[in-house]
Amino acid sequence: MKFGIVVLPGSNCDHDALHVTRDIIGAEAEVLWHKDTDLKGVDCVIIPGGFAYGDYLRAGALAKFAPIMEPIRHHAAAGGIVFGICNGFQVLTEVGLLPGALMRNAHLRFASRDILLRTEETDTPFTSELTNGEILRMPIAHGEGNYFADPATLDELERNRQVIFRYCDSEGRIISEANPNGSARNIAGICNRERNVLGMMPHPERCSEALLGNADGVGVFKSIAASLARV
Amino acid sequence: MKVTVIVELKPSVLDPQGKAIQHSLSSLGFSGVEDVRAGKLFRITLADSGQSRPEVEQQIRQMCEKLLANTVIENFSYTIEG
Repeated sequence: MKFGIVVLPGSNCDHDALHVTRDIIGAEAEVLWHKDTDLKGVDCVIIPGGFAYGDYLRAGALAKFAPIMEPIRHHAAAGGIVFGICNGFQVLTEVGLLPGALMRNAHLRFASRDILLRTEETDTPFTSELTNGEILRMPIAHGEGNYFADPATLDELERNRQVIFRYCDSEGRIISEANPNGSARNIAGICNRERNVLGMMPHPERCSEALLGNADGVGVFKSIAASLARV
Repeated sequence: MKVTVIVELKPSVLDPQGKAIQHSLSSLGFSGVEDVRAGKLFRITLADSGQSRPEVEQQIRQMCEKLLANTVIENFSYTIEG
C-alpha cells in the first residue's frame, strides 16, 4: 500500500500529508513531482493544500496542465483512489474529476479557523472507518472554498449520496450559521459518482495526532489505508 | 490581431465581490448604483497567421473554454480588432 503526495509549484501542505501517511499511519509514501509522468506505482494520490501556480487566473486552473495530471486522470478512470485537500479539491474541480466549482468565500475574507463537519456517508474509501453522522473538528484555511454547482447538479450529488462532509454545528445541525464560506447546502466535501475521488476543503492532515491537540482527521487516512488493505 | 476577452460570472451566480464594490460606491456618495458585477478582462495579441475570421473565433472560443473561463460558473465574450 503506497501513498503518493503530489507537489505542485506552490503546494504547501505536502509535507503534512507525507508526515501523516508515513509517520502516523505507517504506510509507504512518496513525493510525486509535478513534472513526473508516472505515478511510481502508488495506490492513493493525494493532491495537497497550498496555492498551486500562485492561484493565478483561478485557484487550481493552471494545475490541470501539469504533466502529472495525465497519469492521475488515468489512475482515477481505472478506479484508483485520488484525494484532494483544500487547493487539491479546487484542482480536482478544475481538472473535471469532480463536479462544481469553488468560488470566493461569500464574505470575501480568508477563513482560517476550526470548523465542525458532519460525516454524511461512510461507504467510501475515505470514510469507511468513520461512523455515519460522526462530527469532526478540523481546521480550514482558504479564500476560495465556497462550493457552487447548479441546482440540478446539487440534486444529482444528493441522489447519488456524493456529499460526504457538510459543515455543521456542535449538535450536527446543518445550518447557515455553521457554514464558514457560503458553500451550497453546507457542502465541505464531495466524491465522484464512482466514489474513488474525494475533494474536501478542511484539512484532516493538519489534525491527525494528539500532539497537535486534535486527531479528528486521522480517521480519513486510516479509512484510505484500510480500504487499500482490503483490495 | 488584437482580441479582448471578457470573463464574468453567470447571471445566476452570486457575486459577493460585485456586491461589496456596489456598497463601497454607495458609501462614497455615488447614489443610484443599482448593481455591480466584477469580471476579468484579457487583451490578447495574436500573430498574423493568415487565419480566417471564423478560424480565429474558433481558436478564441477554445482558449476560453479550456483555460480563461470556468464554464461551470463563468460566461465569456470577446471582440476582435484588426
